[in-house]
Amino acid sequence: MAAQLLFFYFGGVTIAGAIVAVTSRNIVYSALSLLVAFIHIAGIYVLLNAEFIAAVQILVYAGAILVLYLFVLMLFNPSEEKLYLHKQAKVGIFLGVVVLFMMLFAGYKTEIIGKGGPLTAQAVKEMGHTRVIGNALFTDYLFPFEVASLILLVAMFGAIVLAGRGVHRKKGPAGRIDLSYRDKLPKKSSETPEEVIVGR
Amino acid sequence: MELGITILVTVLQIAAVLGVVLTHVAYLTYAERKILSDMQDRLGPMEVGPHGLLQPLADGLKLFFKEDIIPAGANKIIFSAAPILVLVPALIGFAVVPFGRDSLQIGAIEITPYITDINIGLLYILAFSSLGAYGILLGGWASNSKYSLLGGLRSAAQVISYELPLGLALVGPILLSESLSLTDMTVAQGGGIWRWFIVSQPVAFVIYMICAIAETNRLPFDLPEAESELVAGFFTEYSGMRFSFFFLAEYANMILVSCIAVVAFLGGWQAPLPALEFIPPIVWFLAKVYFLLFFYIWLRATVPRLRFDQLMAFGWKVMLPIALVNVLLTSIVKYFLNQWAEK
Repeated sequence: MAAQLLFFYFGGVTIAGAIVAVTSRNIVYSALSLLVAFIHIAGIYVLLNAEFIAAVQILVYAGAILVLYLFVLMLFNPSEEKLYLHKQAKVGIFLGVVVLFMMLFAGYKTEIIGKGGPLTAQAVKEMGHTRVIGNALFTDYLFPFEVASLILLVAMFGAIVLAGRGVHRKKGPAGRIDLSYRDKLPKKSSETPEEVIVGR
Repeated sequence: MELGITILVTVLQIAAVLGVVLTHVAYLTYAERKILSDMQDRLGPMEVGPHGLLQPLADGLKLFFKEDIIPAGANKIIFSAAPILVLVPALIGFAVVPFGRDSLQIGAIEITPYITDINIGLLYILAFSSLGAYGILLGGWASNSKYSLLGGLRSAAQVISYELPLGLALVGPILLSESLSLTDMTVAQGGGIWRWFIVSQPVAFVIYMICAIAETNRLPFDLPEAESELVAGFFTEYSGMRFSFFFLAEYANMILVSCIAVVAFLGGWQAPLPALEFIPPIVWFLAKVYFLLFFYIWLRATVPRLRFDQLMAFGWKVMLPIALVNVLLTSIVKYFLNQWAEK
């Protein structure tokens, strides 16, 4: 009973947070409601006896990824970017519907029709969740696990290549980054430097 | 009825731990001022009470009665929420720290020396401490001030960068004790000082201590609040109670990282020699925590501040690779030790 009430609380707040994240006009509020949603998803994992995943959910999504988002959003002018953001709405809705159907299909295939695997909630509780997940990842699912990390590595290389484009390292005593490439960039028309606008 | 008593006992435990931690926070500020002044050959606070012992109380009252100012143009909701977002992650970690060995039995009620012993204790602390960056970042952003914003960005960058080697340094003790629970980790180090993980994991201990100082934004890594560059960093615009929340969080974090260091590397409440076990475990625990806190203050009095690019380069190019190599070596040794033990 208590578990069900908690499930409805966590699930409800997750959905509410996700809706606010998409609809809010202020992007910092969006990021914060996404944070609320992430933390409540961790709550659902705890209800499923998956403490390890719950902690990693907070550590990775809330503690690392969303903080980096917030970094960018804080230096971002929403009024300038609004048009661009709203152009993506149709694509977003289409992708959302596709992902929703995929999730429903996956749930239909495994949980409702199919049989449960050897790792039931009871078995997991007896062995210890962290041990079970470690065993599964490094034996049966080793190949998918390695492929996933390889994909992340590729993404990281891509980010480094994109960010480092045009920055050359000079062989100097201090090893500082040579920023002289900036002089070669096309000059802005106005002479006064643009004021940095902080999104609010 | 049973459930009611359990809930009551838990609430009382939480209240007791919070009370003890906050008292320690208050007197840590006093200890810091006294130790610093002693090292600089001056007296420090002397006016309020004997040897200034009531100074933390006076400071608290002063902050409490100060006018609460919210700067014009600040985002009021986030400005008010940020101090709480910093303080809560700092305090919530104490829920899993085992302060002693023996549970107290009163009738049918068992009072444990920890609030809860979840089997992912260490990950739980890391997860919540990683949320502390939000308060810093949002406090800086909501203040509508350039100094605050830059301070917030710097601080968040630093906290995120040093979280990685910090977590990796703790992997060593986790591998050796085969558990994420802080109680199991302490038990695994029983039997004398040579069984403590600081002996088998000295590199991880050094990395942990350096990263812990950076995590808590203390000297020599206190760039987010470098007075000469950024006024007071992300809390430039804060005053009164809201400011004191940031202050409390910093000192509570110091105590928390010291507690984790004691549990993961210094044997928790274990006595250093089997012959010394007649001294209660909680005394050993507190003595070790106090020593680490003294070490922090000592460092503050000794070391100059780093430059920001040095700080980031040090985190990513020195600490992270060493921590990764340490994890790799420890796992290899542990694997062969297990093989050997099976034979």
